[in-house]
Amino acid sequence: MNESFDFSVMDGILAEHGCSESNIIAILQDTQEHYRYLPREVFPYLARKLRVSEAKLYSVATFYENFSLDPKGKYVIRVCDGTACHVRKSIPILERLRSELGLSETKKTTDDMLFTVETVSCLGSCGLAPVLTVNGKVYPTMTPDKAAEILGELKEKA
Amino acid sequence: MEKIRNREDLRRVRAEYGAALEAQKKKILVCAGTGCVSSGSLDIYDRLKTLMEERGIPCSVELAEEPHGDTVGLKKSGCHGFCEMGPLVRIEPQGWLYVKVRPDDCEEIIDRTIARGEHIERLAYQRDGEVCKRQDEIPFYKKQTRLVLEHCGHIDATSIREYLGIGGYSAFEKALFEMTPDLIVSAVSDSNLRGRGGGGFPTGRKWAQVRRGEADQKYIVCNGDEGDPGAFMDRSIMEGDPHRMLEGMMIAGLACGATQGYIYVRAEYPMAVSRLREAIRQDEEAGLLGDNILGTAFSFRLHINRGAGAFVCGEGSALTASIEGKRGMPRVKPPRTVEHGLFDKPTVLNNVETFANVPLIIQNGAAWYRSIGPENSPGTKAFALTGNIRNTGLIEVPMGTTLREVIFDVGGGMRDGGEFKAVQIGGPSGGCLTKEQLDLPMDFDSLKKVGAMVGSGGLVVMDDKTCMVEVARFFMNFTQNESCGKCVPCREGTRRMLAILERIVAGKGQEGDIDLLLELADTISATALCGLGKTAPMPVVSTIKYFRDEYEAHIRDKRCPAGSCKKLARIEIDPALCRGCSKCSHVCPVSAISGKVREKFVIDQSKCIKCGTCVGACPFHAIKEG
Repeated sequence: MNESFDFSVMDGILAEHGCSESNIIAILQDTQEHYRYLPREVFPYLARKLRVSEAKLYSVATFYENFSLDPKGKYVIRVCDGTACHVRKSIPILERLRSELGLSETKKTTDDMLFTVETVSCLGSCGLAPVLTVNGKVYPTMTPDKAAEILGELKEKA
Repeated sequence: MEKIRNREDLRRVRAEYGAALEAQKKKILVCAGTGCVSSGSLDIYDRLKTLMEERGIPCSVELAEEPHGDTVGLKKSGCHGFCEMGPLVRIEPQGWLYVKVRPDDCEEIIDRTIARGEHIERLAYQRDGEVCKRQDEIPFYKKQTRLVLEHCGHIDATSIREYLGIGGYSAFEKALFEMTPDLIVSAVSDSNLRGRGGGGFPTGRKWAQVRRGEADQKYIVCNGDEGDPGAFMDRSIMEGDPHRMLEGMMIAGLACGATQGYIYVRAEYPMAVSRLREAIRQDEEAGLLGDNILGTAFSFRLHINRGAGAFVCGEGSALTASIEGKRGMPRVKPPRTVEHGLFDKPTVLNNVETFANVPLIIQNGAAWYRSIGPENSPGTKAFALTGNIRNTGLIEVPMGTTLREVIFDVGGGMRDGGEFKAVQIGGPSGGCLTKEQLDLPMDFDSLKKVGAMVGSGGLVVMDDKTCMVEVARFFMNFTQNESCGKCVPCREGTRRMLAILERIVAGKGQEGDIDLLLELADTISATALCGLGKTAPMPVVSTIKYFRDEYEAHIRDKRCPAGSCKKLARIEIDPALCRGCSKCSHVCPVSAISGKVREKFVIDQSKCIKCGTCVGACPFHAIKEG
């Protein structure tokens, strides 16, 4: 366990939601929003505070798609592969992003921790299909070339 | 916002804001739905605001109690539904709609339209040379009946004042002061309102059961976990008219004797979450939520829970488990949610659109509601129209409208000259409809008869270039990913079905695969634990039913009739263009290309893995996929 881990952030989140078992998901969401993933260090701490087993926390954290136990890149790119985006050719966009960044279905984050590429089932922006998001910002009517352009811009910024 | 203490207060405040809205003649409504925001509508809003300040035009961004007739109201509205044409800007009082507005257009809007009342033709929607000035002249809107979505795009979505100004919370007022809980329940029962989330279960029956249930606490839960890929009706309601939905939930609380309500929203809808939070805060400040609402004995509080990315949480018992902070896994039923729901208490669980229908029913009466649409499925339905169609967006039509009217009148027909092939309705739990069903009325019962379902209302239109086997594989892949893993039929059955479908689209289908798929489908439908598992095989069954020949072509002839399955494509070298440079044979990873330099090269189809590397490598564009 990391001795230098700062739990004051967790205390703040717990204070806001209250130490109740029914708030586990909200607490984990805020934790992930802060760290951008769920650091292993927080589990024993949360288990003690919420009076639940670590296993229970892990059971929730691993069930939901949004939670990640692995650190993510600075820019999280989520390519929508909902039905509407799929029929308007979202997969070539995903393939292009992966090939430009040397990523695959199993390797989702670049070694320099700059980019994470994931798919998402539907963002509800079907009217603008195909779409992708970068750290939550929606980019409408994408093409593989436009996606590559965005990558270039982000790389310059980083 | 001042606190509203009683009925008289409410009526006075409503009249004041109504007058203020009335007095504000000129209005610019910039669409701030997720679609338009991602097309840049907030930049338009900021630019308009700056311009009006620079020009000294009095502009009000929030509805004030004191009416000022000469100010221009600048508002962020909810989703108009015509996302493809965004960013959208609506001009009042003319009712004009400007489409695809760019920040550079703002100056002209202020100087010509606002200052001089001139119409800018360039920004209007045009179709086949015809200019549609007013929003209601656009064919996309002309054929719709917008009741649930009536305010979306027409009022400031973030303002309780505007909602009150157009008569908001009068249904709640009526329910609270003029109706008994039993009367409210019977009004909803008589209206024959059926759940808009997919199943079409009568809402009144649910409410009556919870009303009868005896418990120290009951709950009202709103399902805003719109997980069907290709559907965004609920998102638009939550973003565009949040108060309407909250009003419906409050009426439900009143009718069933519940004092607590929960709204479960997908995490993928951050804007819906923030709009709802703001709307709840406004209601609390106004005294419409909290203890002793409007001086009565009724108390009601609302909470928001954000989902964490699990499609299965759209299922009732999984959703309540998730609110309780557990893994969102369905349980065996009965007992039903109406008896043992959230925290094991009687719970009304309805979807966003269902709740948004309630104020209309209370306000206008059950008989009025039943006069819209067919007898057994009255009312309207919002559909998300997407895919290979000209006008994508959110629409609302009376139940029973035919598919032809939706696709060709509202939707404007196919895009890019494609030919209509099928429409997938009801997402991963639904089925497809083909040309033969174009004149089928879309309502709960008619669709069920042909093996499809209304579902939450996603309509994905597909043209002749879409491969139906691939569509079935896509949905099976989705359900497989989202299967919670609790019951074997869904966990293992969908995995097996997916493996077979993957094999077929990869050109490795075997004789008997279709029968095997149907047999698995039958078992899963009969034995899976929850609705999601039971309906998971629907897309496969319905595509086999209507497009069996496509499956057979993949399996027997190793051919994709739509030309979309990459692995079934043949890659060939055009001998007329090949110059024999040998580049292709060097890049081929499986040594499938052979030939002598300066002679024609050929691809050995039995070795080729259709990776397409050679296509890009050929300097003479002689290699083609077909």
